[in-house]
Amino acid sequence: MNAIEVRNLTRRFGGFTAVDDLSFDVRQGEIFGFLGSNGAGKSTTIRMLCGLLRPTSGSARVGGVDVGSQPEAVKSRIGYMSQRFSLYEKLTVDQNITFFGGIYGLERERLAARRDAILDMAGLRGRESMLTGALSGGWRQRLGLGCAILHQPPIVFLDEPTGGVDPLSRRRFWRLINDLASAGTTVLVTTHYLDEAENCHRVAIIHAGRLAALGTVPELKQVFAGRPILEVRSAQPVDAMRRLEAMPEVEKTSIFGTAVHAVMRSSDVQPDTVTARFAAGGIPATCRIVDPSLEDVFLDIAEKGAQP
Amino acid sequence: MKALAVAIKEFRQIARDRRTLMILLFVPAFFLLLYGYALNFDIRNIPLAVQDNDRSSTSRDVISAFVNSGYFELVRVLPGKLDIDAALNRGDARAVLVIPGGFGRDAASGRPTAVQVLISGDNANTATTVMAYAVGLVSALSARYEVEARVGSARGPLLTAETRVWYNPELRSTLFLVPGLLAYIAMLTAVVSTALSIVREKEVGTMEQVRMSPVGPLAYVIGKTMPYFAVSLVSAFGIVALSMLLFDLPMRGSWAMLLLAISIFLVGALAFGVLISTIAETQQVAFQVALLTSYLPTLMLSGFIFPISSMPAALQAITYAVPARYFLIALRAIVLKGVGIAVFWRDIVALVVFAALVLSLASLRLKREWAAGQ
Repeated sequence: MNAIEVRNLTRRFGGFTAVDDLSFDVRQGEIFGFLGSNGAGKSTTIRMLCGLLRPTSGSARVGGVDVGSQPEAVKSRIGYMSQRFSLYEKLTVDQNITFFGGIYGLERERLAARRDAILDMAGLRGRESMLTGALSGGWRQRLGLGCAILHQPPIVFLDEPTGGVDPLSRRRFWRLINDLASAGTTVLVTTHYLDEAENCHRVAIIHAGRLAALGTVPELKQVFAGRPILEVRSAQPVDAMRRLEAMPEVEKTSIFGTAVHAVMRSSDVQPDTVTARFAAGGIPATCRIVDPSLEDVFLDIAEKGAQP
Repeated sequence: MKALAVAIKEFRQIARDRRTLMILLFVPAFFLLLYGYALNFDIRNIPLAVQDNDRSSTSRDVISAFVNSGYFELVRVLPGKLDIDAALNRGDARAVLVIPGGFGRDAASGRPTAVQVLISGDNANTATTVMAYAVGLVSALSARYEVEARVGSARGPLLTAETRVWYNPELRSTLFLVPGLLAYIAMLTAVVSTALSIVREKEVGTMEQVRMSPVGPLAYVIGKTMPYFAVSLVSAFGIVALSMLLFDLPMRGSWAMLLLAISIFLVGALAFGVLISTIAETQQVAFQVALLTSYLPTLMLSGFIFPISSMPAALQAITYAVPARYFLIALRAIVLKGVGIAVFWRDIVALVVFAALVLSLASLRLKREWAAGQ
């Protein structure tokens, strides 16, 4: 059974179409990554799926409930946590848990049991009476997740949950997400960190409000089948890039940290030949074929979207 | 009960937020003391210089009448005419009493005569008050001499004009200000803090988090305003108690009636705060809107400081839309006069109408905001 079913979902704001004819399914217990650049329509989609925003056209069923006609019924079936993990900073850890338990209508015994579970999960034992504002980013983020799943929703929306958190905490957070999914919770997560998206079972890339790609990470990387990626490391990356662009077998280039990635037009590329050509041109460089990363995929799709 | 969860959370936040708590509890008391002591509109011990060109028992009578009134304090006796300018210019004296030669003789024989009172007009308000005191004193004396002259005896005054002020016999402005202060405080705590606390949740993002939960807008707002209602009520009764203790404020009417009037006014004010929060997106805007629409009118257009009857007609018309106007009338009737509701029921009705109007407008806007885009 699918936890989320989106069919031709569209949202317009005046003349601007933020979400354009989006259709996809999210299976139960799946970690579903939702990628896209800023303003691509990720947040608008999530707000519609949470019953906060009515679709202009199309439909979405979340936990079997239609979000357009029963937005209130959706709210008790989902948990939501945003990048600002909106807790009350002037309340203690315990008081925040009590508040969210209260607004989700948890009875006393259940709240007590859930409180213990959340404290254990977030590693906040012994910090119950600390002010939330005094917690470091990682703790707060885990508490935010805890408060969002206090009522044990079958579906959780995480809108850029790891923004502004150190790598260690991010890793720990993703372990929690994995635990949730193995326990049967469906997780839809948006992120800017493409390395994180590799943790997702399936990934949707959304560009300018439209679904640009959907599949598992290896499936998405198939766009580079027959188009190997040549990584060029050089002390003069800008010169190297200019030289690469002049080569007829190079489709396009982009800067990756200190290296340059060149998408080649065919599989028969000899990195050594290219290295030699660089040396002949007076630019010392090392070349090798690399596996495409999700970032390559993302850039490829974004560029294709930009020049229709 | 979801509203209760919100209310408990809000109470805890208020208790934790020292600054807000100070504003809610101590600023009212501070204002009471400020208005009660420093901004006393009564004037006492006005420095008075005297130039007595008559030196008769009658002229000394006049001088002692001024000094014994308590309003004036004799600081200097001026021998010559030039000294008058000097005394007023230097500010040693704010008023000069000049008694002409032959004053005693004229007064005794019933011939019209005059004393001259020169008042420093650098502060128009003070000058007006001083002039009123002087005219009052002189006319009382004049009446006495008139009678003495006609009857031809010195058996004491046969007729004096006896003025009596009701409700506030000493005309102490503090008593008059306390009801206005209550209205002001209720506006400050109810409108400003409600609007700010809701808009703050919008800014921080907790509002969005709460909207994702199954709490409806009504439960949220009831929970959100309950604590401010309680705090404002405590603050208002604290002001009444403090005024009774420090300024001998009489509480002539019924406490139940006072509670009723304050509660109705507060409901309107809280709803107004909610209404502002649905319009403003930032705390800064909320504060400015609250200031312009509630706080300033309460201060200026309610009859708190400036009497409505002396305003231009256009402004008088606006005062009908200021709820504090009705609240003040009701409060003064309850606290100072102790009269029954028969006298001020219209003002209570006006407050109820205002509260109902703002409440329905606020809930309408709130529902629309929560269903944003729905």
